[in-house]
Amino acid sequence: MSELMPVLLALTILVGGVSLAAVITWWERRLLGFWQDRLGPNRLGPFGIGQVAADMIKLLFKDDWVPPFSDKVVFIFAPTAIVVAMMMGFAVVPFAPNTYILDVNIGLLFFLGMTSLAVYSVLLGGLASNNKYALLGGLRSAAQMVSYEVFMGLSLMGIVMMTGSFSLVDIVEAQADTWFCFSQTLGLVVFVVSGIAESHRLPFDLPEAEHELTAGFHTEYGGMKFAMFMLGEYLGLILISCMIVTLFFGGWMVPALIYDWLPPFIWFSVKVFLVICFFVLLRAAIPRPRYDQLMSLGWKVMLPITLINLLVTGAILLKMKGA
Amino acid sequence: MLEIILFYIAATVALVSTILAMTRANAIHALIYLIVSLLAVAVIFYLIGAPFVAALEIVIYAGAIMVLFVFVIMMLNLGAKGDAREKTWMRPSVWVGPALLTIVLFAELLYVISSAEGPVSTGVVGAKQVGLSLFGPYVLAVEIASMLLLAGLVGSFHLGRRYLDRAPSSELGHQQEGE
Repeated sequence: MSELMPVLLALTILVGGVSLAAVITWWERRLLGFWQDRLGPNRLGPFGIGQVAADMIKLLFKDDWVPPFSDKVVFIFAPTAIVVAMMMGFAVVPFAPNTYILDVNIGLLFFLGMTSLAVYSVLLGGLASNNKYALLGGLRSAAQMVSYEVFMGLSLMGIVMMTGSFSLVDIVEAQADTWFCFSQTLGLVVFVVSGIAESHRLPFDLPEAEHELTAGFHTEYGGMKFAMFMLGEYLGLILISCMIVTLFFGGWMVPALIYDWLPPFIWFSVKVFLVICFFVLLRAAIPRPRYDQLMSLGWKVMLPITLINLLVTGAILLKMKGA
Repeated sequence: MLEIILFYIAATVALVSTILAMTRANAIHALIYLIVSLLAVAVIFYLIGAPFVAALEIVIYAGAIMVLFVFVIMMLNLGAKGDAREKTWMRPSVWVGPALLTIVLFAELLYVISSAEGPVSTGVVGAKQVGLSLFGPYVLAVEIASMLLLAGLVGSFHLGRRYLDRAPSSELGHQQEGE
């Protein structure tokens, strides 16, 4: 049984992740509607949840067109890259005690590696489209994602220093007393911001800013290939939320003061759900910055903050060890 | 046994993709094969007991440096004309010199490997050991690398700065440069 568990879990993540991503597209629009004082999709089925099926049927039946001027092989490969990379990222997430696909001592680095590979999807999609808007979108995404990867990695090093391990299971267990969101608040802020930039969602969706770039890197994509990009984006959202919960909010740990009456996986899901709602709230509340503002925010604000956080964490740990 | 099979699969992928990376005329296709080759090398690192290096190979080489390569190729936007020019450059006669030199090196490598004994790795080298050796015996190399990176950073900042200053009043900027 224990040997079969990772396989079963992988299948569950595959099916669950895809359907969850689909449901989130609906939930996000309803929530956005609520916060912006309008209705959102509420026509089909109870609360409009049939919209998910309607969207899927629409995308499935669309013409699967490959532009004749594009680089065909790369054009088809690009949308799969993001889905594969994001799905791989879930392998190291501990969903509950002893419920994970693999626990390696490089878990955190594996996650960072997979998110950095997801860049290729946007980059190659923009390049293979052979279209100026797509190319500009791809260029922007490359600069944006490579820049924010730096802070994303650095913001987590404080946690690694405090835990003494890259393994996510160890990181969750190190939060039994206090969650890292209290001791690593700066790290949390930087990680959330770079997480949005990395999954290029609003307000940092400059690779696909529609008022200047039509639809950015996926201008030429339609039908299921476009759906793959969207699936990858929402999987990225879920993955980033899972990582925020795992790294900063105690993963499957029960909040300290509350009586332990729900299984750990439910706690994990509730936390992830709240983080996803927070991301939607950010989308509803914050306007999109200009591209140079985004880059200077990264290099002039985020980088100093992470370095200071790292220095202070190191100094305190050294002091505590010496005492 | 399984590890050996996995090793040979990864090694084959690395070899084939590297050869394809060298022979492609289209720069982007060549880069994609190079990325695949780097990923295969990461798998090899993991299998011979260096998980930390494997992760860094993916994060830094495949995930960051190669993105910058693709970025530069995108900015150049060579297109079909570039492919055609590349094809004229890659005549069979071009390959003779490098091939001969590589064969010499390959023979040397085979000789060295055949005289070596025992397994390549004796255990798993984790992040802690890598860190200890980097900031222990090899601290000089780390410092030199960091200075090199700082020089690169300052240099690129300087280049960008001069361009920004020149933009509003181009004549003034040129005069200052002349001085």
